[in-house]
Amino acid sequence: MSGLEDLYREIILDHYRNPRNRGELDTPPAKRIEAFNPLCGDEVVVYLNVEDDKIADIKIAGQGCSISQSSASLMSQAVKGKDISAARELIRSFKAMMSIHESKLESTSSEELDEDQQVEDVVVNPEAMGELAALQGVVKFPVRIKCATLSWNALAQGLDEIEEEANSSK
Amino acid sequence: MTSKTKLDSIDSTLQKEPLDVSEIRKDFPLFESREGAISESTHPPITYLDSAASSQQPRQVLSAMESYYETTHANVHRGVYAMAEESTRRFEEARSKVGRFINAPLPEVETVFTKNATESINLVAQTWGRRNLKPGDVVLLTIMEHHANMVPWLMLAAEIGFELRYLEITDDGELVIDDLEKKLEGVRLVGITLMSNVLGTINDISSIASMAHRNGAVVLADGAQYVPGMPTDVQALNCDFLAFSGHKMLGPTGIGVLWARKSLLEEMPPFLGGGEMIDDVRLDGFMPTAVPWKFEAGTPPIAEAIGLGAAIDYLEKIGMDKVREHELKLVSYAMNSLKERFGDDLTIHGPADPSRRGGVLSIAYKGIHPHDLAQVLDEYGVCIRAGHHCAKPLMRRLGVPATARASVYIYNDHHDIDVLSEALAKAGSLFGDAIT
Repeated sequence: MSGLEDLYREIILDHYRNPRNRGELDTPPAKRIEAFNPLCGDEVVVYLNVEDDKIADIKIAGQGCSISQSSASLMSQAVKGKDISAARELIRSFKAMMSIHESKLESTSSEELDEDQQVEDVVVNPEAMGELAALQGVVKFPVRIKCATLSWNALAQGLDEIEEEANSSK
Repeated sequence: MTSKTKLDSIDSTLQKEPLDVSEIRKDFPLFESREGAISESTHPPITYLDSAASSQQPRQVLSAMESYYETTHANVHRGVYAMAEESTRRFEEARSKVGRFINAPLPEVETVFTKNATESINLVAQTWGRRNLKPGDVVLLTIMEHHANMVPWLMLAAEIGFELRYLEITDDGELVIDDLEKKLEGVRLVGITLMSNVLGTINDISSIASMAHRNGAVVLADGAQYVPGMPTDVQALNCDFLAFSGHKMLGPTGIGVLWARKSLLEEMPPFLGGGEMIDDVRLDGFMPTAVPWKFEAGTPPIAEAIGLGAAIDYLEKIGMDKVREHELKLVSYAMNSLKERFGDDLTIHGPADPSRRGGVLSIAYKGIHPHDLAQVLDEYGVCIRAGHHCAKPLMRRLGVPATARASVYIYNDHHDIDVLSEALAKAGSLFGDAIT
């Protein structure tokens, strides 16, 4: 049952049982973003406080499966205190980690695999991913990728909205 | 993923079954190929517990469709040549089989072929509903409806401006009908599922229908879950419309049924426009043809209708009383054995009395999210459905985001339930006391 063990790593189960940064922030000043997975009814709510281009605070609410909730918890830990630009970089890396493997599953020729490998070398630096690398096993289960990326899409949307508001008020 | 984990052999107590399941399974190529694969020990045998989403097909259905394509495929109701006549004959024969199966007073006239139960309900909303519903009218539904019997009415209500009202449920998953008389005020149509796809609840609609009729309302029954597993008699049910799908009752996908009283069908305007549904077309108008073809624009799913006819032959050969008896026995066994093994760690949504329910069991286990539960069960070849089952308002009422649903049909037996139970235990130990 190697597949299942890959999916449900101890770190993931730990973050599912004991989610970090769980709660809500006052809106405003915080930004509140909801994301849904219509397939299974999972929902993640991300609260975001940005000060001086830094994620000063982040809280996670909502409910769902172990993958969606642990991914949100891991994400909150990884981006809290980071510059917006660094957070965006992490979002890109995380999504690359998910989608590279997704395309690998679909590809059959070794040529395509090599191309993917190159993309991986360029975009994903596993050391920079830290604990987030525990979610790598998800890519073997294509329907669950949506669970893992739910909170990241919410974070990206929140950062977009915050930057748009900042630009329009200039 | 490709490799699955085989559970240690399970010693199911020999149970007397109303059906000879091992004989029945021989008719299903899917089970045969999967069971063949075990001997190469690459796969565990498949434990298919998702027939409420879609059933498997016996060889008899597949070969009826194949024989049609191989020997007599031609468009229906068009050619005068012998092969086209044979095609039409088989198609119309399937229609009358379907009509007789549900004891329609006029099987050949009142049975409309559609794509699925969803399309059947949309047909009623877009034709009967659009013609008859006005602002201030009420459509009465229940909160246990599948989205298929909710969204078509929400769409039309947004356009016309009539009111939608809902029957509530008890904590035991039964409809609250104490205040039915009051709820029926101003109601023009009552839409009720005959069997909940989540709770399994069997709704006794004949008494609801009598009261609705006295109040001048028509009654639409959603039979998608009920018709595959219960002896169905539209006259006893006392409904005016009945919608169901072929693929949940051993038939192929792409074929569904709307039964309605002839008088209603005749006064309803057509649904889709095109060939087949007209008597005459001029540059400035058209005259629709007779029912049921008035509602069947374009070339219909001919092979699929013939496949559904073969599915009905198969079910009738077994006997729908036997099918019901079998499902009831399996569900009782499942409820008892799961409760005995898992106690308070396991909740089964819906009526506690098995005789009040059909072949579906929505399970909550140890707070493990249904998505995770289904994932672990898949590892052992156990196919169940996890999600909101297209019943989000009901999920909110139950206070859960989703449920894990196992459902049984004629090819399932006690062993399948034992495998489910064993796989649940594996999930339990993987997640431990995970969740709050």
